[in-house]
Amino acid sequence: MNIFWLVLGGAFTGAVGPGVSVLYATYGEVITERAGRINLGIEGSMLMGACFGFLTAVETGNVVVAILAGGLAGSLLSGIHAYLVVFRDTNQLATGLAVTLFGAGVTAYAGRSFVGSSIEGLNPVAIPLFSNLPVVGRALFQQDLLAYAAYALGPLLWAFLHYTKWGLSLRAVGESTNVAFAAGRNPARWQVAAIMAGGLLAGLGGAQLSLALTHSWTEGMTAGRGFIAVALVIFGMWSPLRAMIGALLFGGAIGLQLQLQSIGAPISPFILDMFPYIITLAVLTVWTGAALRAMPEGLKGVLKGTV
Amino acid sequence: MQFPAALRRAQSSAINLTAPPIARSVAGIALALVSFGAFLLVIGRNPLSAYATLFTNTLASPSGLSEVAVFMIPFVLTGLAAAVPARVGLINVGGEGQLYLGAWAATGIALFSGIGTPWLMLPLMVLAGFAGGAAWAGIAILLRRWRNVNEVICTLLLNFVAILFVNIFVFGPWKNTGGYGYPYTADFSPAAILPALGDFRLHWGLVLPLLGVVVCYVVINHTRWGYNMRAVGGNVEAARRRGIGVGKYLLLAMLAGGGLAGIAGMSEVAGIQHHLRPGISSEFGYLGFLASWLAGHNPLALLGTAFLLAAIFVAGDLLQISAGLPSAAIFILIGLVLFMVLGLKSRGRAQP
Repeated sequence: MNIFWLVLGGAFTGAVGPGVSVLYATYGEVITERAGRINLGIEGSMLMGACFGFLTAVETGNVVVAILAGGLAGSLLSGIHAYLVVFRDTNQLATGLAVTLFGAGVTAYAGRSFVGSSIEGLNPVAIPLFSNLPVVGRALFQQDLLAYAAYALGPLLWAFLHYTKWGLSLRAVGESTNVAFAAGRNPARWQVAAIMAGGLLAGLGGAQLSLALTHSWTEGMTAGRGFIAVALVIFGMWSPLRAMIGALLFGGAIGLQLQLQSIGAPISPFILDMFPYIITLAVLTVWTGAALRAMPEGLKGVLKGTV
Repeated sequence: MQFPAALRRAQSSAINLTAPPIARSVAGIALALVSFGAFLLVIGRNPLSAYATLFTNTLASPSGLSEVAVFMIPFVLTGLAAAVPARVGLINVGGEGQLYLGAWAATGIALFSGIGTPWLMLPLMVLAGFAGGAAWAGIAILLRRWRNVNEVICTLLLNFVAILFVNIFVFGPWKNTGGYGYPYTADFSPAAILPALGDFRLHWGLVLPLLGVVVCYVVINHTRWGYNMRAVGGNVEAARRRGIGVGKYLLLAMLAGGGLAGIAGMSEVAGIQHHLRPGISSEFGYLGFLASWLAGHNPLALLGTAFLLAAIFVAGDLLQISAGLPSAAIFILIGLVLFMVLGLKSRGRAQP
């Protein structure tokens, strides 16, 4: 029983770190989908952010520039998706996968001589007083700067979507392009902006992954985190606040996996590696009913009555 | 739902598409080759000589053609895995995982059935591969029917689980004790190996996608089942009112698709690897999905698009050797081809 609580506590403490990269990608996909578009290319955008963030850190040694480079790279890649689905009317799911494959190719090429490089990267900064709190102190307030920014970003995005004119326009476009157009908005422009902002956030998430979590670059290192983010958006019912809970669940799955590994639990490491995917699928399965009702109208054509 | 006409005009892009689809696809491929040529130029390679080498080593040489056919096998089969469910309106992006499960199931038969004759062993392995892939796809369709979970996200996530599932076995109970520590199973007995076809790596597994295409084409276009499938894919509500068992068709189409991808896995282990190991597929499932999409989910056209992607894929291996590019860099060219062809194929009319 003792070890049970130890593992669970450890999983919680270790949940935030791995959850942050996915949280950024989830924020990004929330913005994209609130404008009525779905982007499976954020897996590729995360890879771009991880790769170009890391490369820039190696070359310049400046972590702020590296973070910005990661976000920019993610955004540029999603620009391809935006052009194709908004202006060329291509299938969103197929295009997103093609974008992800393209991103995998670009980063495999660009990062090939940086595998094994080391960087200072982003390191945890303890917040005085708060980091001394029991349990949550170490879990929440001994993180890197991108993690702290992610805490703030959730409520900010929520406020942006619900209490600003721009947020209203974005959501209107996602509900009905016709109505938004009649109300004087240019739906195409909003959707392109939303998709590229989504790519930017996914790129930041990728940068957090390589700069803060692993301090390294390897080919394909995101390992489906972008796709997990797409699932967490649904679990989070298109709300940036609930996305934070989803990302914490995902991070908790990774934390649990690491904890079980460190105490030498007699479980195949590959079964432990499955946790994040299976737990994501499980929470998605449990919450479908409510998610269906919360779905932006504009997505219903693509997802056809499912979530 | 469409944009109002005024908006459509405002958005119609500079590319005015009145050319027939084939011409647009060819133009798309040409544009992609030009863009990738520009990339080669930027990184200091001569694109013309690179393309010339690629052409002579893929399509203009027997060994190159054999390699292209080798990769067509998984591309066509995982392409069908997307094309068949697409007929009923389902999107199966899980070809990769279904391929792994098929390979796993076929390996189980190869290692433990003890059958000595290929005439019984190979058909059983094909069946096992089909069952393995179908079971994996079955999870997605059941979750969809039971809980309305979207099959796109479900099949995508299950791909990662499937790869780990295979790892459990090849690093664990199935690991060959005499394999110098590599995570491989024991080599298959001769009865479990698809014999070579010609002098190179091509093997008799080539029959499987060809048979698959013919069966899918005939069933979809010339049988009552196919007619009903298309009815379900066209309008679920109308199909239901006409008394078609919609649920049954959704289930069967997804299982058949998963099974076909599973056969691709069987063909990889029985025809190429001759044992099971991690990484038997380099994104074959995703490439098959995209090949099917380029082909408009038409099984006959899929042969063409799978050939195209396979040729690029083989060219990628050559680029790796001759130009020192990492093998994944070929996804740059594949991505460009997909962007250009998908972009030029569509009517370019924005829809919400």
